[in-house]
Amino acid sequence: MTSSFRRALLASAFVAPALFGAAAQADPVKIGFLSTLSGPSAPLGVHMRDGFLLAVKELGGKLGGQPTEVLVVDDELKPDVAVSKVKALIERDKVDLLAGVVFSNVMMAVAKPAAEAKTFLISGNAGPSPLAGKACSEYFFSASYQNDQNHEVMGKYAQDQGYKRVVLMTPNYQAGKDSMAGFKRHFKGEVLDEIFTPLGQLDFSAELAKIASAKPDAVFTFMPGGMGVNLVKQWSQAGLAGKIPFLSAFTVDETTLPATKEAADGLLSGAEWAPNIDTPENKAFVAAYEKEYGVAPSLYAAQGYDAARLIDGALKATGGKTSDKEALRKAIASAPFKSVRGAFKFNTNGFPVQDFYVVKAVKRGDGAYVTQTVSKVFSQAADAYAAECPLK
Amino acid sequence: MNASLLALQALNGLQYGMILFLVAAGLTLVFGVMDFINLAHGVQFTLGAYLTASFVARFDNFALGLAAGLAAALALGVLLEIAVFRILTRRSHLEQVLGTFGVILVVTDALRLVYGPAPRSLRMPEALSGAIPLMDGLMYPLWRLAIIAAGLVVALALWLLVAKTRVGMLVRAGSTDRETVSALGVDIERLFVLVFVFGALLAAFAGAMAGPLLSIEPTMGDNVLILAFVVIVIGGIGSIRGAFVAALLIGLVDTLGRAFATDVLKLVLSNATASAAGPAIASMLIYVLMALVLVARPAGLFGGNGPS
Repeated sequence: MTSSFRRALLASAFVAPALFGAAAQADPVKIGFLSTLSGPSAPLGVHMRDGFLLAVKELGGKLGGQPTEVLVVDDELKPDVAVSKVKALIERDKVDLLAGVVFSNVMMAVAKPAAEAKTFLISGNAGPSPLAGKACSEYFFSASYQNDQNHEVMGKYAQDQGYKRVVLMTPNYQAGKDSMAGFKRHFKGEVLDEIFTPLGQLDFSAELAKIASAKPDAVFTFMPGGMGVNLVKQWSQAGLAGKIPFLSAFTVDETTLPATKEAADGLLSGAEWAPNIDTPENKAFVAAYEKEYGVAPSLYAAQGYDAARLIDGALKATGGKTSDKEALRKAIASAPFKSVRGAFKFNTNGFPVQDFYVVKAVKRGDGAYVTQTVSKVFSQAADAYAAECPLK
Repeated sequence: MNASLLALQALNGLQYGMILFLVAAGLTLVFGVMDFINLAHGVQFTLGAYLTASFVARFDNFALGLAAGLAAALALGVLLEIAVFRILTRRSHLEQVLGTFGVILVVTDALRLVYGPAPRSLRMPEALSGAIPLMDGLMYPLWRLAIIAAGLVVALALWLLVAKTRVGMLVRAGSTDRETVSALGVDIERLFVLVFVFGALLAAFAGAMAGPLLSIEPTMGDNVLILAFVVIVIGGIGSIRGAFVAALLIGLVDTLGRAFATDVLKLVLSNATASAAGPAIASMLIYVLMALVLVARPAGLFGGNGPS
């Protein structure tokens, strides 16, 4: 062994740790993305994931200028499965940030382990009320909405339209009950009937006959996924379309419209986004999404897209570092991105302050069915739970 | 609650019962005659809906699409029979349950692979897409009436087939004493294949008829399958007549329960309690009915005498 080689070896022993340090810096930013990708509710999760991945792709595979690796995992809509997968993402894969989550029961299960590991979690959809109120966390931010809000939009709209007698119908589970509570927050008229259907019910003949005979001024419903598709089709088959105003939330959107098509024509929904919102970012997003995936994006896709661009903006502000949690938190909280929705800022509880609209299902020039804004119901609205959140 | 609403809900129950009958008829024959527990029977329902939907979309004609869809579902049924079920018919019930459950998993994922996870729709014929006014200005969808009519026609045809024809007689005989029938020179295996394929066709037909009402997705057969088992247990395993009566009974009990349980409870309970308890009780009713029938008649309403 020559002396020069020995010297080099010796030197490298000292240099090595520094080299490793540099290597760690150049490591890609790792994002754990949790979504529901199997089962009847998969279309929602697919849209949210595709929106997120589209943004990453448009940014050249980088977020905040750092090469980015997105680890997509399927929560199977099972909270226990989601928790173990999130723990694996944090402990084994050492992800820098978590994002995604379609369903609130999954979110309630994973928010705590994420916060305990001091890993930021950016919701791409679910916004359960505890996380907006008493159980809010400095490691949680929502790129979507608080669950009650889209239901409140319809309640306010029903009130503004002067509807006096309405029937409410939701699946018989927590989100269904929350939905009715959200609707009633701004609706002061008479609720003729509150119909709870078993979760997963696919034939609504009995309920529709009941509604038809009650002759209400309007119906409000929350039937996500396949249930909503069936309800909308049967609503039109029963001859109720055009007779009784159909108000909904998370029932008529671009994930269900390809299946309901003309049966959903003219049905109303509460939302914080629609493809026709007139911002340059939104136009570019809708065009890029349709080019990439061949279908119109839904609000889930828009939220996923925004979540990625929010992370991008925050990482730019911290120079790509995720180790300084306080700096990263401040960067995220300043919402350093242009939302496809237009004006968007974070409240103290990590939920957005934004506009909400009544949207209507319409047939576009090319034959595709999409939602379209009818009127703005809330301007720069905060959720009802922010005051209960101790964060400042 | 008034008389016309009650009548309307009874029609809804009847329509629901007809779909259940179409699925259960095949299941009860296969179970009763071949002693074969086919959990994958619901898959035929799903396949019928998917295939009919895609052929109707292709031909832009419901009748043509339905014929092609049923033919394709039938072909797949035969393929499954040859590839999987034939091996399982002589095995224990446990192996049949495991094997056919595997078929459910494979077909469900294959459908997701081919058609994607998003629900698909089946366009019904234009002429039957509307609703007609019944009493009191309440509307009733024509398609649901068409389902009731189709169910009645199939029930009648099945009864004639089983009770009046030579094949029906052989099926009845085969279920009671397979060895004797076989010894008399009847190819019992071929007979069983016929029964199986016919049952699969009926389930596919049920899926095609229910398709325009429902969103078509890979797991749509699972719920129907469970209810079909309830139907054949109540009706008596192997009995077509039992399946018919039980299917209508379940359709009516389930629909009327969903429609009126909450209102009935409101007569005796506070509104909030009734709203909470009503849906829970309504979804239990059919299982309560099954338990009661089994207590009174352990072999089911028409069970114990082979196909009837």
